[in-house]
Amino acid sequence: MNALISTAVFGIVLMFVGLFVKNKQQIKYFAIAGTIIAFIANWYDGQLAGGSSTILHGMIEVSRLSVLFNAVAIGSTFLYFVLCGSSFEKVGDDVADYFALVFFILAGITLTASFSNLLMLFLAIEIISIPQYILAGADKKNLKSNEASLKYFLMGSFTTGILLMGIALIYGATGSFNIYEMGLGTGDLSPLALCGIILLGFALAFKVSAVPFHFWTPDVYDGSPTVFTAFMATVVKAAGFIAFLRLFQVSFTGGGLEHHWQLIIALITAATLLIGNFTAVFQQSVKRMLAYSSIAQAGFMLFTIVSSNETATQGIILYSIAYSVATIGIFAILLKMKDYTFDGYNGLARRQPLLALVNTIFLLSLAGIPLTAGFFAKYFVLTAAVQQGQLLWLVILAVLCAAISAYYYFRVIIAMYFKTGDAETLPITAGFRSVLVIGAAVIILLGVFPNLVLQFL
Amino acid sequence: MLTVLLILIPLITGLITFGLKGAGAKALSLLSSFATLVIAVIAWQQAATAPETLQFVAEWIPQLGSQFNVGLDGMGAMLCLLTAVSFPLIFITVYGREYDRPGAFYGLLLLSQAGLIGVFTAYDALLFYVFWELALIPVYFLCSMWGGERAIPVTFKFFVYTFAGSLLMLTGIIYIYTQTPEHSFSWTAFTALQPGSTEQSWLFWLFFVAFAIKMPVFPFHTWQPDTYEQSPTPVTMVLSGIMVKMGLFGVIRWLLPVLPQGVYIWQEAAIVLSVIGIIYASCIAIVQTDLKRLIAYSSIAHIGLMSAAIFANNEQSMQGVQVQMFNHGINIIGLWMIVEVIQNRLNIKNMQEMGGIATHAPKLAIALVIVSLANIALPLTNGFIGEFLMFSGLFQYNAWFAAIAAVAIILAAVYMLNMLQKVIFGEANALTSTTADLKTGELLAISVVIVIIFVLGVYPKPLLELVDSTTAMVNAAAWVK
Repeated sequence: MNALISTAVFGIVLMFVGLFVKNKQQIKYFAIAGTIIAFIANWYDGQLAGGSSTILHGMIEVSRLSVLFNAVAIGSTFLYFVLCGSSFEKVGDDVADYFALVFFILAGITLTASFSNLLMLFLAIEIISIPQYILAGADKKNLKSNEASLKYFLMGSFTTGILLMGIALIYGATGSFNIYEMGLGTGDLSPLALCGIILLGFALAFKVSAVPFHFWTPDVYDGSPTVFTAFMATVVKAAGFIAFLRLFQVSFTGGGLEHHWQLIIALITAATLLIGNFTAVFQQSVKRMLAYSSIAQAGFMLFTIVSSNETATQGIILYSIAYSVATIGIFAILLKMKDYTFDGYNGLARRQPLLALVNTIFLLSLAGIPLTAGFFAKYFVLTAAVQQGQLLWLVILAVLCAAISAYYYFRVIIAMYFKTGDAETLPITAGFRSVLVIGAAVIILLGVFPNLVLQFL
Repeated sequence: MLTVLLILIPLITGLITFGLKGAGAKALSLLSSFATLVIAVIAWQQAATAPETLQFVAEWIPQLGSQFNVGLDGMGAMLCLLTAVSFPLIFITVYGREYDRPGAFYGLLLLSQAGLIGVFTAYDALLFYVFWELALIPVYFLCSMWGGERAIPVTFKFFVYTFAGSLLMLTGIIYIYTQTPEHSFSWTAFTALQPGSTEQSWLFWLFFVAFAIKMPVFPFHTWQPDTYEQSPTPVTMVLSGIMVKMGLFGVIRWLLPVLPQGVYIWQEAAIVLSVIGIIYASCIAIVQTDLKRLIAYSSIAHIGLMSAAIFANNEQSMQGVQVQMFNHGINIIGLWMIVEVIQNRLNIKNMQEMGGIATHAPKLAIALVIVSLANIALPLTNGFIGEFLMFSGLFQYNAWFAAIAAVAIILAAVYMLNMLQKVIFGEANALTSTTADLKTGELLAISVVIVIIFVLGVYPKPLLELVDSTTAMVNAAAWVK
């Protein structure tokens, strides 16, 4: 609750700060301070909550999971501001507005792990989406950015309709918006409710860019200013998954209910893994490769939905951290490159050994190599699926896809270390370096001791 | 505690070495490898008398039931000893060479040593998997950065192959883990579980493919000749001498006791693949003109025999395999040492262009003859006892398999002697007549190999006794039919 209030307040305050403060550096520091305050406020929530408490007449539930996820989201945003904040001013003049929009997104994100009412879910998704449409088109004079924004808006609002339709059907079948009180698992499932579940599943699959609802992703990620892509592809995506998981775990699991939708989601997962990985292999630009890799990683995160059990919850938390931190780091380094193609990275290890090393750690984590957080993230989501039983085919498909993913992640490593070239970078400050090293340290620390985070759950 | 030291010494010195330059990196890695050797010898003595003192258990991830559980049985101690002997030998051989960025080169080698020892000591499946991958990553960077001109794509193929295999194994590990009643990764829990025979039947393949790629067994071997050829020779020594033993080790420690019924169902298939590999690789070795590729294919043939003997799974074959794991490691490292010297002097790999080295570099020629003969498993060399036991075990299982595999001995003699003839005998040409003989460091390293070859050839008892306990463990592990 504190997290929601503090992020929303900071969003509004930042809009006005833009009127009075003209120094862009100061605005950035202000935003960074905002994330720190939101983090502390959220931590304070955790102290009060103890177990879990419902507030606002059953609209919001503050639980250990929601506090932990908010901490992950706000922490990742902090990392994002510190690493990429300076690139905001390259997009346009309204730097304070961009920061404000990110804070609004963050306010929506804090709802995704704590909603206990379908209306709150709808609000959360919309609060997240609308600022993103604006950010995608922030580079106003760039045609691709405009295209990305329009495409995202049209597709997104269409999906919102589907989401609302699903909610309406569920309400019609059960007479309740409360995710705990639907009681769908008892008795026969009415066709109305089944349609509602499927529509909700499709709408959320769109938000997390699962195949076949992924067509907007590469264009939007590629067209949007890179600095905003970094945020959309990481924290926002993780938030989509936590909402997806929460809804399906609480309302649509138990009493044999999951058999109605499990196969559909399993097939979506398989398609996401295959399309994401195979398409990423053929990309020539690191930015586009990351767009497809985000689809491929979404395939792994979908495992948590398919299995919807205790391990899945642990898995999504670890995955959110591992994926967000690593991807933000890779994007931050990408933003410093002059050339976004694979060849642009040639010989980076000679010119910037530290940058290359940290980038390697992030890439290894995305590929799921042991001793990085990415390994345990993959480990937990796969274990969740194995525990569910009958999904072993999907697990084997996933591990083969993970082997394919090594191909495109290692292309960057090969370019940095083994190819000779003149990778040109923008000037890099000592502060940037040290924060990158902290990010890499988090990845390795969680790769050795994942219980550092899981103990809070 | 000793076991932990075995992992920690190369790990920590490896990380320090990254920061060092030139001679410092060399000296530290040599020192570190000797320290590891001393510990390994002490551990070897303890493994014979009180193996339980080598066990070390600490909590790692309590939520998962995974522990940092390391220990040494006979086979583990033997392989740690092999690793600990090999690394100083490798470092001494290349002491005179200059590598680009020596800090990273020696640091990565030491990290791979830590990973290898970790694999051989882990008694927790998750830990085993982590070390299994950890051993691979440094080797990937070593081969790509310091390898030949085709090294990058070749090493990448090697990496993706083994990565895919190990991920399949991970799936198997996760499956067995979820089946264990107390949700544990420990070796004891894994062996105690014994899933039903249909489950064992498909679980077998998840593990077998991972191990078969690493060994490599036909038809999973295609990465191997290219990688051996393109890697810098010290790395090839690690790969062929020690790393391939990871696959054999994995079968003995993690496949036979955990899935005995699965092995029983598929043992014939596994032996057939191995025997095909033996004959196939031997035939290709005969027509090779590239010295490195010849040794690579001969290694596939030898590993194939060991794999066949493991799956024959009786007391003799098991004893033979373990003894041969050590001896093959020593012999092939000896061979690579000489190849390294020849490459260093002549800078060619094609055997057609060599010849007449014997007259100009007699010590080198004598060493090559001795190591080659040990590789053909001539009596009184260390290769003999292991091969004899393996053939005898394979014969007990099925005489036909033994007969077909035995053809490989003849083929091995053909390609090895042919190689000797081309490389050291014959007329010296303009290039080979300049060959300088072994230098002190090289001579020292090769002498150690030759001493081991003869000592273990005449008196293999210490090795046989060391691995007794593992053989007993495997044979006791419920050979349910």
